[in-house]
Amino acid sequence: MLSRVADSLYWMSRYVERAENTVRQLDVTMSLMLDTGGVSERERWQRLVASLGKPAGLDWNGNLEAMAHKLVFDNLNHAAVTFCVNGARENARQVREEISSEQWQRLNRLFHQIHSPQVEAQFSSSVSDALSSIIDGIHLFKGVSNSTMIHGQGWQFIRLGRYLERAYATATLLEVYQPDLFHPLAREHEGHQYLEMVGLLRCCTSFEAYCQVYTADVSPARILEFLLLNCDFPHAIRYCVDNMRDVIESIQRTGGRRPPAELIAGIGRLHAMLDFTTIAEIISGDTSAFLHNIREQCLRIHEQIYRYYVHYSIQSALAS
Amino acid sequence: MNASHAVELDTLFGEYPLDRAFDEMREPDGSVRPHYRALAETLAGLPSEELQRRKQSADLSFLTQGITFTVYGRDEGTERIFPYDLLPRLITAQEWERIERGLTQRITALNLFLRDVYSVEKILNDKIVPRELVYSCKHYRRQMRGLQVPRNVYVAVVGSDLLRLDSGEFIVLEDNLRVPSGVSYMLSNRRVMKRTFPQLFSSYGVRPIEHYSQLLLSTLRSIAPEGRPEPNIVLLTPGVFNSAYFEHTFLARQMGIDLVEGRDLVTHDNIVYMRTTDGLKRVDVIYRRVDDDFSDPLIFRGDSSLGCAGLFNAYRAGNVTVTNAFGTGLADDKAVYAYVTKMIRYYLDEDPILNNVETYLLGEEKQRRYVLANLDKLVVKAVGESGGYGMLIGPHSTVQQREEFARQIEANPRNYIAQPTLEFSRAPCLIGDHLEPRHVDLRPYILFGDKVNIVPGGLTRVALEKGSLVVNSSQGGGSKDTWVLES
Repeated sequence: MLSRVADSLYWMSRYVERAENTVRQLDVTMSLMLDTGGVSERERWQRLVASLGKPAGLDWNGNLEAMAHKLVFDNLNHAAVTFCVNGARENARQVREEISSEQWQRLNRLFHQIHSPQVEAQFSSSVSDALSSIIDGIHLFKGVSNSTMIHGQGWQFIRLGRYLERAYATATLLEVYQPDLFHPLAREHEGHQYLEMVGLLRCCTSFEAYCQVYTADVSPARILEFLLLNCDFPHAIRYCVDNMRDVIESIQRTGGRRPPAELIAGIGRLHAMLDFTTIAEIISGDTSAFLHNIREQCLRIHEQIYRYYVHYSIQSALAS
Repeated sequence: MNASHAVELDTLFGEYPLDRAFDEMREPDGSVRPHYRALAETLAGLPSEELQRRKQSADLSFLTQGITFTVYGRDEGTERIFPYDLLPRLITAQEWERIERGLTQRITALNLFLRDVYSVEKILNDKIVPRELVYSCKHYRRQMRGLQVPRNVYVAVVGSDLLRLDSGEFIVLEDNLRVPSGVSYMLSNRRVMKRTFPQLFSSYGVRPIEHYSQLLLSTLRSIAPEGRPEPNIVLLTPGVFNSAYFEHTFLARQMGIDLVEGRDLVTHDNIVYMRTTDGLKRVDVIYRRVDDDFSDPLIFRGDSSLGCAGLFNAYRAGNVTVTNAFGTGLADDKAVYAYVTKMIRYYLDEDPILNNVETYLLGEEKQRRYVLANLDKLVVKAVGESGGYGMLIGPHSTVQQREEFARQIEANPRNYIAQPTLEFSRAPCLIGDHLEPRHVDLRPYILFGDKVNIVPGGLTRVALEKGSLVVNSSQGGGSKDTWVLES
């Protein structure tokens, strides 16, 4: 497969994942703000922005609806949902011969939907309806991708983009939330604390899944364990890393180059870290540093893939 | 047809002018031509809202499929859907048979001409085509002199523009031998039409065109370099900002070949490779949708990065087939066009089946004087341009425009030709809720490899603006599906 095409598929997938993550976090944050007793609106907004990677231009101005509108519709802001959807579509447009017509049409429809006056009107009457209709569009795209595209090498790069983006986003989210999780504000009531924890789980669509594993008895340590180390839940970091490892093997199986030793080692290290560490060890150590380390390793894997499959030097390619 | 139908047709036709120009649907006396009757009856039988509903659903289908083209020079809304008329244009089996024979003859002669001019120059030595005309052509590539072109195929893909005169005869307005586009619209139109008028379509017995991509692929395979039995075929596009990008992705997907950009290609030791996730992979055939000028910065324009450095040398070494070949624009120069009928007689010793439009060469004193005196009646075109640019339509022009063109002609006569303003045919289009006639042309697509293949039909382009004679999509033209009937 052409290197440029692999790169575009990878980024298409990352942008879609990022858009979904942003929409969901915004939705959860706004619904948490309805309960006014606990953390202030400003603090919640700042936490949201931090967990999206601190994009510029989103400083709290006191008007929640205006802020939310900016985060969804401001084309010029790199964190905005429209920016991500545009990016995904632009990448898809450059590889239209690789993806299925159904995939392209779904993504194109999402693009037209999010830029239509109707969705803005919907947004001003009910933010949460507008957000869930965007999420629906994203889910349709992912479902159609899964069922209409050949699961060859291109698909592996799509998976890679998705899981790398997701692992990184979940790690960022946990890093931002975990101080509040373990050291709640004194003024917070028990009920608020519960809402906070459920909110964190819902940011990863994981409340119901959590309940199936641990019952509704939520505790910070268990939440962290679930989102970090669960190997069956698609938003848990370990699940994502398992998949990344599988993708690297599949790329070779579907006609790509043999992955270089440093890439295998990089993913293996991250994998082992999550496989052989218990939650008790993580909590007793520097949790923040642990999460930060995961993000660093994700970035390194991204770079290695780019340098090895996409932007390699001609000399090295001719020599081999 | 019974009386009640005639009444309903009247409301449908409304103010539908008939004059000297050939009307595709109606006889001069206003009655409907036999092969259009079933269409007319279907239209008359549909409530007007139903027709509008079908039109909207067709439009929506074009938009969601992203069948768009890019308009240059505007920021806002640069992606447009290609305007599309709901009514098919019908061509009878006899009419098509003649067109097919005529085009086959023409493409054969044009290929022989290119091969001759870039090698022994017999036709120039015999003074059939003037030597200065060829050498002064903007698209003549001296680099092609003496170069062995794989399988001697210079142009594998041609789109010729045909017009129908008031006599009903089809003539050739121009040949596009460089990178003709529009075939994806032909295929998409058909797909949408089948959904919009399913019963009508099946009752008509229309010859299929869907196998075009397969024919194109086998044509490309047939011209691969010797000794490459499993050639790696790619389509070279200038990239996502090109106006025909949709078509490039469409064809690549339909053929199952890689769509590459210049930056995906590298050459080493006169071999072309593409960068893949499995390292470098050799390329054997390039279906080129990038103009000569931008194809190789080492040979052509040095400031372009759309092509691939070293491509031409690899081509010259015979290690890769690039099609259409470089320098084929020579034969669609509008002044060289005037000699195509002579080429047919010269190379094939046959009478041309399809005629040319009468063409005045402004390089010749007598003809130039006539043209300058009659600018208000003629169409003047710059010889190397396409897409409806650089053109003066005499009857629709202002005095200033004519003076401007007269100056340019005097300054550089070789750069222009003139033709009579043609009353070419019109076909009914759905404008609002009724039918109005609009001028149409026909661009069939001809494939030339180990044999000649023409899918029945082509792209019918429509000048959607009332009274306009310009059908180019860049200038407000649209298209129609073209149905060639089985019998």
